[in-house]
Amino acid sequence: MGEHQSGGDQLDGIRPQSEGGTPAGFVNCDETIERLYYYLDGELTEERRVEIVRHLDMCGPCVDVFGFESELRKVIANRCRDHVPDALLGRVAQALQDEHTRQSN
Amino acid sequence: MADQAEFSNLAMEFMPALYSAALRMTRNPSDAEDLVQETYLKAYRAFGGFEAGTNLKAWLYRILTNTYINTYRAKKRRPEIADVEDVEDLYLYHHLGGDQPGGLGRSAEDEALDRFTDDDVKAAIESLPDAFRMAVLLADVEGFSYKEIAEITDVPIGTVMSRIHRGRKALQKALFEFGSARGLVSTAGDGR
Repeated sequence: MGEHQSGGDQLDGIRPQSEGGTPAGFVNCDETIERLYYYLDGELTEERRVEIVRHLDMCGPCVDVFGFESELRKVIANRCRDHVPDALLGRVAQALQDEHTRQSN
Repeated sequence: MADQAEFSNLAMEFMPALYSAALRMTRNPSDAEDLVQETYLKAYRAFGGFEAGTNLKAWLYRILTNTYINTYRAKKRRPEIADVEDVEDLYLYHHLGGDQPGGLGRSAEDEALDRFTDDDVKAAIESLPDAFRMAVLLADVEGFSYKEIAEITDVPIGTVMSRIHRGRKALQKALFEFGSARGLVSTAGDGR
């Protein structure tokens, strides 16, 4: 990431030490929201995850946003299921059986 | 040679997930069934090369995704737009009034989410261009990690992250638009 250490804390960038009055080990709302999805996706390092948890312990508005996005994720996952047609199960089983027969001969 | 009984034992349980993904990709039940059948057949033939103990679900999704890209996407009549527009962060939260201090409160946005139907969510996902649709599907519906998605779709992890990020925002906007069009969500929170 070169020598650029100030400004926006990119995902794989360097954690600002005390940028904008935020002490080391703490993150502000913008940084927290920026990492929201990486947190929900379980893709943060333990150190960064703890920073988010620490911020959420103190910040109602961010908790609100995280709760909403987490709920939305569940809605998306749960409302995207479809019933597998019985015919498809039969077709696939038959196709595999045929292939097995073909390979055995 | 692949052991058919073992393959079926291990792989058949993923059919509901694979079928749903195939439906979102092809947007068509008949193509989705063909895609799933072809995926199982290819997987069966290649099963001898599958390393026991590794992630079978991800392996099946990789075959599904490749088959879709190579077969079904190629036969589309018209090329679709390959990109999504830039959408503001937390689009849905803001548009459902989530940032109004002391206003609607948390439960109001969560209630709004409950009003989205299966059809709304499916249609919103299906409205995304291919690359974004697959990234969001694999992350949000199937819960794969960025690394797994990179392997499944054969693109660098940075690209995966960008597609998930932008795809999710586009999905939120699409959801809101489907919801508003059907009068399901109030746009009251959209005001100043």
